[in-house]
Amino acid sequence: MNRTTALLGSAALALTAASALAEGHMAGEMTIVSWGGAYSASQQNAYHTPYMENTGITIINDESSPEAVAKLRAMEEAGNITWDLVDVEAADAIRLCDEGLAMEIDHDEVLAAAPDGTSASDDFGDSIISDCFIPQIVFSTTMGYRTDLVGDTPPSNICAIFDLETYPGKRALNKRPLANMEWALLCDGVEKADVYDVLETEEGQERALAKLGTIKDQTVWWTAAAETPQLLADGEVVMGSTYNGRLFSAIAEQGQPIGMLWDEQMLDFDGWIVPAGLPEDRLARVLDYLKFATDTQRLADQAAYISYGPARASSAPLVGQHAELGIEMAPHMPTDPNNAQSVLVTQYDFWADYRDDIDAKFQAWLAQ
Amino acid sequence: MVALTPISRTPVSFYVPVVAAAGAFAGLLVGTARDNSLLGVVLGALLLAAIAFAVTQLIENERLARWAIFAVFALAGLVMGGLPALVVGAAFGLFFGWFIFWLFEGRYRERLAPYLTPGQVLWHYSFRVICGMIFFFLITPIVVVMPLSFNAEDFFTFTPEMLQFKPEGYSLKHYEDFFTNADWQQALWNSVRIAPVATLLSVSFGTLAAIGLSQPHVPFRQVIMAILISPMIVPLIISAAGMYFFYSRIGLQGTYLGVVLAHAALGIPFVIITVTATLVGFDRSLTRAAANMGANPVTTFFKVQMPLILPGVISGALFAFITSFDEVVVVLFVGSAGQKTLPWQMFTGLREQISPTILAVATILVVVSIALLTTVEMLRRRSERLRGMSPG
Repeated sequence: MNRTTALLGSAALALTAASALAEGHMAGEMTIVSWGGAYSASQQNAYHTPYMENTGITIINDESSPEAVAKLRAMEEAGNITWDLVDVEAADAIRLCDEGLAMEIDHDEVLAAAPDGTSASDDFGDSIISDCFIPQIVFSTTMGYRTDLVGDTPPSNICAIFDLETYPGKRALNKRPLANMEWALLCDGVEKADVYDVLETEEGQERALAKLGTIKDQTVWWTAAAETPQLLADGEVVMGSTYNGRLFSAIAEQGQPIGMLWDEQMLDFDGWIVPAGLPEDRLARVLDYLKFATDTQRLADQAAYISYGPARASSAPLVGQHAELGIEMAPHMPTDPNNAQSVLVTQYDFWADYRDDIDAKFQAWLAQ
Repeated sequence: MVALTPISRTPVSFYVPVVAAAGAFAGLLVGTARDNSLLGVVLGALLLAAIAFAVTQLIENERLARWAIFAVFALAGLVMGGLPALVVGAAFGLFFGWFIFWLFEGRYRERLAPYLTPGQVLWHYSFRVICGMIFFFLITPIVVVMPLSFNAEDFFTFTPEMLQFKPEGYSLKHYEDFFTNADWQQALWNSVRIAPVATLLSVSFGTLAAIGLSQPHVPFRQVIMAILISPMIVPLIISAAGMYFFYSRIGLQGTYLGVVLAHAALGIPFVIITVTATLVGFDRSLTRAAANMGANPVTTFFKVQMPLILPGVISGALFAFITSFDEVVVVLFVGSAGQKTLPWQMFTGLREQISPTILAVATILVVVSIALLTTVEMLRRRSERLRGMSPG
């Protein structure tokens, strides 16, 4: 008995040691960090799979984007950068760039030009909100509502969230001030041009919170974007805010009785950053991937799997049909002219200056 | 069953209020489901009091009365909420038919000692009800998940089709997703690859440590013991952060070996504790006797000591295995995407996409855990039986 056990034990140890040696950062591997779910699947289909077929490099998906900032800080501290490319929201990209955790990029040199020769920086235009940020998609935070719970007059205006008389029932809103504060002021009669001027002041912030206070006891606060579609599908809420791609998926792919509102949608960008301090060979591989994955055709391809708009102007005409359902995707893009009649664009400068302050007030107000 | 106590019918002033109280509770459940708890309580109490009085005073035949209650409740359920409510109503009917006559005939005293005071009888049953409720609250969240995993839709929702028991409301597609989706299969494979090796390491080191620490002549036993079981006491997030920085420096972060070692460290305290507990009853003169007969320490360990402490080792191994199999915090730090385990995949799945595939996996894991625990318990009983038969 003792010999068998000893043999088994040493065999297991040898196995562990062997597989440990076989792992580590192999030459043909690249770890790409993203958000998971349908979004990662769209990147897999549009970028990763064709790239792996072309080059033979294996791409490992890590679904850690929600904690990307914290993890990149820890990696920097430990001197062990294990990620090659990270998908983050624009606001996080600015933060990582300021902290020196993301690499600054010369967009025209690293990224491919548009097919008609327009330089990358012109093609991406305003979506390049930071020197470290390589934009990918435009998404928006907007409202979805239960078509069977709103009666004969479905909401057509964002202020329906505050209208408890016409649309009684619970609402779902993001558990952070972004978008909520802007909507509250707009619906409290502030002119759109003045929203941020008002929100800068103490009284303006109080005013927004007071407006939100009118529906506070009827609001479910979400932290993960998947919650709103779930609550809508349950009929727990009458309406709720979430990302437009989530609503598209619940409506078109899952066939739920949900309608969506594009009025005053809050536009935001999402894209790549390259962690600072990658070794030469890994950096070269990442830049090669980036050039491929952000070209005009690839960004348009992604829209076949998820309803987020490509960040390049030259990609918009190439957006085709949904890969499985065959729906024309262009009318479901937040950037489509019909949908973009009234939009709010996230003001990164404003939120960079006021985020901590307003966040603290908002959380304190929530706890009251 | 033999009746211990002679029983007699109870007065109306006793059983009608008690049935009314139970009715109020049932009314609370029904009323809450229909958004009017208070009305439910009042109606439930009045209705059940009336029924209890009526069936005991007007209908002499108990069987008939119980069938009548059953039928009325089932019908009321059907009228109020269709097929699913019919089942609930029928269950209520069965219960109240039995409950009314149980009280009325005084059967509740049947199996209790005759000298118990009414207070003691009350406590006897309250205790059982309280235990039942605790069990109910512990088990319901787990049970609710199981039917939802057969949902035909991609949400955590009991659809109207499901509640009416229509076949189209149910589907196995989330199980299919689990078994065909590469992400889930990779996660399952990683878990299966990590947990047994981590368990093996925990058991080897933990058993050795426990045996060593149970020797009276080892210096600083308490201190060493405290250090070894500290992973169980220190908050997991702190161990995880510490391991992250340490493993990063020595190149173990993001490797299979790193995760295995981290999980082994978490599992060792369980093995030490269970093995130490069994060693308390271990007779040390047996090892001396073995040595006396010429066995070297290794042979003594495997032939004499190990078989006797095996139950402790096995339950320690089980805890170590489950610790590794369920662990999400440490693997998030120490692992990289290549070591994504099932709990990690469930965690990201819950955050990013509330998909019932998670529920399907949870159901499978619950079934596997039950099977595992049952097997171990049966093995333990078998070895106990065998040992009981062998001399000494």
